[in-house]
Amino acid sequence: MNTAIASRYTAEYQTIASSLPGQTLPWLRALRAEALAQFAEQGFPSPREEEWRYTNVSGIEKKLFAPSADITVGDINTDWLKSYQIENAWVLVLVNGHFSAEFSVLTDLPEAVSVMSMADALAKQPAQVEKYLGLAASQSEHGFIAFNTAWFSDGLFVHVPSKLVLDRPIQLLHIVTGDDAMATTRNIIIADEMAEAKVIETFVGNDSAYLTASVTEVFVGQNADLTLYKMQSESEKAYHFGGSYIKQARDARFTHHNFAFGGLLARSDIHADLDHASECELNGLYLGIKRQHIDNHTRINHLKPYAISRELYKGVLDDRARGVFQGRVIVAIDAQKTDSQMNNRNLLLSDDAEADTKPQLEIYADDVKCGHGVTVGQLDEKSIFYLQSRCVDEETARNMLTFAFANEMVDKVKIRGLHDMILEQLLTRFPQEGVNKEWL
Amino acid sequence: MLSIKDLTVNVNDKQILKGINLEIKAGEIHAIMGPNGSGKSTLSHVLSGKAGYTVTGGTATYQGKDLLEMAPEIRAREGVFLAFQYPVEIPGVSNIYLLKAALNSIRKHNGQPEVDAMDFLTLVKEKVRLLEMDEKFLYRAVNEGFSGGEKKRNEILQMAILEPKLCIMDETDSGLDIDALKIVAEGVNSLRSPERSFVMVTHYQRLLDYIKPDFVHVLAHGQIVKSGGPELALELEEKGYNWVEDNQAAA
Repeated sequence: MNTAIASRYTAEYQTIASSLPGQTLPWLRALRAEALAQFAEQGFPSPREEEWRYTNVSGIEKKLFAPSADITVGDINTDWLKSYQIENAWVLVLVNGHFSAEFSVLTDLPEAVSVMSMADALAKQPAQVEKYLGLAASQSEHGFIAFNTAWFSDGLFVHVPSKLVLDRPIQLLHIVTGDDAMATTRNIIIADEMAEAKVIETFVGNDSAYLTASVTEVFVGQNADLTLYKMQSESEKAYHFGGSYIKQARDARFTHHNFAFGGLLARSDIHADLDHASECELNGLYLGIKRQHIDNHTRINHLKPYAISRELYKGVLDDRARGVFQGRVIVAIDAQKTDSQMNNRNLLLSDDAEADTKPQLEIYADDVKCGHGVTVGQLDEKSIFYLQSRCVDEETARNMLTFAFANEMVDKVKIRGLHDMILEQLLTRFPQEGVNKEWL
Repeated sequence: MLSIKDLTVNVNDKQILKGINLEIKAGEIHAIMGPNGSGKSTLSHVLSGKAGYTVTGGTATYQGKDLLEMAPEIRAREGVFLAFQYPVEIPGVSNIYLLKAALNSIRKHNGQPEVDAMDFLTLVKEKVRLLEMDEKFLYRAVNEGFSGGEKKRNEILQMAILEPKLCIMDETDSGLDIDALKIVAEGVNSLRSPERSFVMVTHYQRLLDYIKPDFVHVLAHGQIVKSGGPELALELEEKGYNWVEDNQAAA
């Protein structure tokens, strides 16, 4: 089955290969060819693979998504598009996987900083791209990564040189329009020694059944500090794969905020490799309604001593939605004094909603502090009574508490414009009388 | 204000309250004292409508209405306020949001429009100053990470803003050091009025050093075994609960 799908895509590939960026670069041509062969062999991941056991992507396999060269925004209203642009950010817009200069805002960048499309980076600084592409995301991991390497049509390239602190965030706004369209994008974010930056990935689309397949590789240099935000608000018919693969150098700090709201089927990978005394914080919020399937797969690799990792993922699942959390923490034999804490909490709002949670600790060192906690449940009755005793009726109390449960994660976002946008998304899930936004 | 007659209550088929009779008039402060397990907390929970208690007999009439028939939020909107022994932490909901939601629920219940945002802020800030609290408290999540004293002060702040008619204080002094206790007591005293009544449920007499009750009732084994003036609390402090329990046994 998988191989048949793969060969359909492989055949299709030949027709567009020449239009892909960087095809004049022999190393990239070779890398893409290798990835294509890998994908032909792997196909898309299957639930038989342990890392995909709760997520069946056969819905993707039933369709043949095609790359779209259309970078007009189709029926998307530009006001709508602008509503997703973060104020005061440098914004790089990708429409159907291609850079849109029209909607991007890349003026006034500090001279030493690179923020450009991947196609641009391949044209202007191919050696930099060659050095990093594929370094954090392993092709053999699963079919989506190989697929992405073979097909990527563009992406975001960010390089912040050492000791530079960016005072404005960088936003990637990823838009897909049209049924059966696919957007395959590859991003590289590099923060050199002691640099500081905040990067936002925003995934949106019009109301159609498309596929997003995005891979982001992140390199946080020694003592650098990088925060990556992801807000996925894809169409309710869309398929989303978005992987972030992070390499942290000694003393590097990395924080990830993952807001998974949209998509019929959405999967995020967040995999980080931690060097000596580095710090990694992973936060996540997934909201599922109707028949949504939202999968979050995190892996934190403590490779060296003294690194700290903190992870908190929260899910709110209603109707027949299904949420998946697989969190792996691996502590290598050399990684003594590792300090790691992983938590996953789920609220089930309906009898038909489902949460699958699988925290995994694999500890090979003997002097470490590692913990994990998981809850799947309903709202706390004590809290409901407390609110009732403060004049709030039971249904409103339930709405308030559900909102509060989720809002704790939104409150961690310190970029005002992004915070408000995510809050707005969250509020659409609640009736006005449940959560009065004028009072927030 | 509140008239309780022959109230009997079961928890898990076990009778906890065995016929309570209590008359509380407007403006009065009643202290209900008793040893652990006497049914003090059950009484305050039943009056505020907490689930898990079965009323098997008797009545509680509040301002001429059947209190026990009302949902907890209706009791609250009608002016019954329970100050919790252990106020609940609600991460993600700010104090000011809860205060606004509560106040507007009362206003809606009384057929009044929503409170004006500026008026509300003025009101809240005035009360915050009165209770010597930091304004930052308003924007923090409800009780989250608050010390014991801060939580109790927050209960009093809510009380000051919602202006209830009947305040039920459940073990307000528990977990408070003497300074926090004084601040809380001052807050309560400042809320005393001829229209407002208080029921103070407490194990120890020390709270009553700071909030002078009009009446003291001793609860033992689910019944009020002795009632009197403030001097009864001092007598209890001196002689211990065994004194009334022994009297009851003798009777």
